Amino acid sequence: MYNHTVARLTYRALLGRRRALILCALPVLLLVIAAAIRAMTGADDQTAADVLGGFALATMVPLIGVIAGTGAIGPEIDDGSVVYLLAKPVKRPTIIFTKLLVAIGVSVAFSAVPTLIAGFLLNGNSQQIAVAYAVAAAVASIAYSAIFLLLGTVTRHAVVVGLVYALVWEALFGSIVDGARTLSVQQWALALAQKIGADGAISSAVGLPLALVLLIGVTVVATWYAGQKLRSLTVAGDD
Amino acid sequence: MSPETRSGTKAAAAPAADVIHNIGYRNYDGPRLGRAYARRSLFSQSLRGAYGLGRSAKSKVLPMILLAVMCAPAVILVAVTITTQQEKLPVQYTRYAVLLQGVIGLFLAAQAPQSVSRDLRYKSVPLYFSRPIERVDYVVAKFAAMASALFMLTGVPLVILYIGALLAKLDFVDQTKGFAQGIVSVALLSLLFAGIGLVVAALTPRRGFGVAAVIAVLTISYGAVSTIQGIADTQGSTDVIPWLGLFSPITVIDGVQTAFLSASSSFPGGYGPSAGQGVVYVIVLLGLIAGAYGLLMRRYRKVGL
Repeated sequence: MYNHTVARLTYRALLGRRRALILCALPVLLLVIAAAIRAMTGADDQTAADVLGGFALATMVPLIGVIAGTGAIGPEIDDGSVVYLLAKPVKRPTIIFTKLLVAIGVSVAFSAVPTLIAGFLLNGNSQQIAVAYAVAAAVASIAYSAIFLLLGTVTRHAVVVGLVYALVWEALFGSIVDGARTLSVQQWALALAQKIGADGAISSAVGLPLALVLLIGVTVVATWYAGQKLRSLTVAGDD
Repeated sequence: MSPETRSGTKAAAAPAADVIHNIGYRNYDGPRLGRAYARRSLFSQSLRGAYGLGRSAKSKVLPMILLAVMCAPAVILVAVTITTQQEKLPVQYTRYAVLLQGVIGLFLAAQAPQSVSRDLRYKSVPLYFSRPIERVDYVVAKFAAMASALFMLTGVPLVILYIGALLAKLDFVDQTKGFAQGIVSVALLSLLFAGIGLVVAALTPRRGFGVAAVIAVLTISYGAVSTIQGIADTQGSTDVIPWLGLFSPITVIDGVQTAFLSASSSFPGGYGPSAGQGVVYVIVLLGLIAGAYGLLMRRYRKVGL
């Protein structure tokens, strides 16, 4: 189920040349903000939860998920070079699974790890806030990677669709319509964070068992379906 | 070219064994439309392309949906104003674009790479420069087209609001003043966003990365600024809030219109910049637009060849 060459190629496509710098910019910004706020206001649990929840989990994690998830396969399909990969005797679900692993690795490295460090910078992990949000970021990264990898195989406008989901659905509808939150990766991840963090420090709109089932279900189904889509992929260049 | 001339020339000079025959190719001697025409064409093609006109049906879907999403709240607001006989519109003209900044951002992210990234990827930039246009023409045309597209996107809802307000018999002078201020504000917003979007998009020939990068620049900067502003507000250090607003595009616009276009600020707690700080905002705004233009010129100095 894992092919080293595919992994190496995907890794280089994601982090090659200047792209690693772009991906680095987001976590660096988070750390700078965290350090600045700590210097400005001192350690405060509510502030830490605001920054980690409002900026790290709500904005940074989905963006990195979109970049890593669609970037793992989208550009290849876009410029047609995926046919050279598909022509090799490698099973297509294997290709998807390998790319998913790389996307997860990249997004966890660039979102969960900085979240953890930022949490420690902000309040030194009091009330387990740093660990809770880091775990939430890691779990959300996995689900986002799978979803956006699937989007990359389904549509040529994967990035736009992914951003519409991440920004419009999760941020806008999630804050207005309560029901929309049940279908939000961010809320599922928050449910896990709620469990880890101290009582009342973090709140989620979804219960933990439902959140776990949905997280795992979405990840598995998205990966499986992406493999199926890749089996019947037609490479068309119209745009 | 007529066959007679060709056979005529052949017959006149009794052909030697190895001579290069004049087969009658002629130079173009019709009217040449020149640089201004090429620049105008590039502008109109880019502007149409931003809304998917002249492209496939699939590429019309997204811009048209975004335009509809942009206009729908204006129509609803007007309907509410008329049916409930309000004294004024529920939303200021200047506030409208700030509220719907997500839609504007998505439009820019989807269309700016479409406008410039594909030219880089398919290496058609050198073909443009083989026409009688200069680098400055290309940059100006693309910049103007993107800004005009954004101006249409943000201006049309204001026009709807204005017409609706007049139909609802609201105060004419009041509404016209607000409308004019709103138009100035969205014009500045269009220029700023177009500049930022094109600079980011022109860096990468990959459309997907361009889309992600543009939206990242807009949302990350806004997310960071509004998070810190919110914390500064709860911590009571309200005098830093206006200065923080300088670090993201939409808050710069918000600050300028708060200071000079009598808008109410959307900063946390409503702590917008004073007139003095507003001058700094205007300088930053103009500097960003000019900087975007300069960066684009610099970028196309290399890729044009």
